[in-house]
Amino acid sequence: MDITAAQNIADIHGSGENVSVKATIDGIEIYVPLDPDNTEYAEILRQVAAGTLTIADAD
Amino acid sequence: MSKAAELAALIGGQKALGHKNLVKNGAMVVAQRATSVSGNTAGGIKTVDRMNPEISSAGTWTQSQSTDVPSGQGFVNSFKLDCTTADASLSAGDVCILGYRFEGLELQRLNYGTSGAKNIVLSFWVKTNKTGNYVVNFQNIVTGGTNRTCGKVYTVSQANTWQKVEFPIAADTVAGIDNDNALTAIMYWWLASGTTYTSGTLSNTWENTTNANIAAGLNVNLADSTDNEWYITGIQLEEGDVATAFEHEDYSTTLAKCQRYTATLGGLILPKMRESDRMRANTYKFPTTMRAAPTIPAMTDGSSISVIVQSISTEACFCYTTVPADGYGSEISSGTVISAEL
Repeated sequence: MDITAAQNIADIHGSGENVSVKATIDGIEIYVPLDPDNTEYAEILRQVAAGTLTIADAD
Repeated sequence: MSKAAELAALIGGQKALGHKNLVKNGAMVVAQRATSVSGNTAGGIKTVDRMNPEISSAGTWTQSQSTDVPSGQGFVNSFKLDCTTADASLSAGDVCILGYRFEGLELQRLNYGTSGAKNIVLSFWVKTNKTGNYVVNFQNIVTGGTNRTCGKVYTVSQANTWQKVEFPIAADTVAGIDNDNALTAIMYWWLASGTTYTSGTLSNTWENTTNANIAAGLNVNLADSTDNEWYITGIQLEEGDVATAFEHEDYSTTLAKCQRYTATLGGLILPKMRESDRMRANTYKFPTTMRAAPTIPAMTDGSSISVIVQSISTEACFCYTTVPADGYGSEISSGTVISAEL
């Protein structure tokens, strides 16, 4: 799984919390839920922990 | 067992309830993503739902939903792997495999890891131009323990001829199967492999996993020629010692089962939510509760304006966009594939 970009998506209701991650995985832009059971999010967490990926702040 | 006891067991068993097959989409009828995708060098589910090739430095492949089927069995589709760039010299760790992944919730009825563990039997139809010995195996991924594996060699002696393969698997009373929605077991059909997985001895009863034993007995390399192709259909995993006839089911039933892992979004309307910035928003409920909250590709509405996906749960997602002026439509057409695959 080739993850080349990741950015948090903030709650539009103003809670200040992030609600998903917009990432580019294998060349495709996708929205990834903050669910550890989601295969892509689990990989994002693994790469962040390994220091090979940084999730950018939300706009 | 007496006839009366057999009847009682049948009435109370899953087979009588019409849910004997633990494999979803075993007849290959559902292909929500596409029916044919070429250029596969790394695998992944691209066509037939639940059918997950795993390829590592073992040629290039087209995966597709085929209409080539065994005659007289009620099938209309098969899953096909077609080699388009050959690799006749595999390195040790190179593989081409078809995988089918289970979540633990699906397999609890087998009572694995207890004295009441049940025997199961795998059956499937297969066809290929390349004769020789192939391997199919079943792996139990044991959280916090040692993985377990058992396998079977099946021989294709007649090229280009459909044959049915049956693989009885004795119960494993040693290791249980995690009772959760995570990847817990995998069925593998080995088509090409380097020595990392073939240099040992295959066990047709459950044993702790040793890489060298997993595909031992495989003596073909399906990746060695662009003439090679391999078809499979009618995959069934059921309780018991003898394979029974394939459990055909209506398309909508199979589709609904597959939608736990993959679904398509379509016809999503984003009505006005806020006037100040012309925000349009809506919640889209998925066809069924998914295994996990799904991944959703970036989408645009009917006016090519980006749609932001906000919160995503196993049941629904909340999307919004802002349009530059009143009069813009905010409708997302069908075809967006969402995924909660294992």
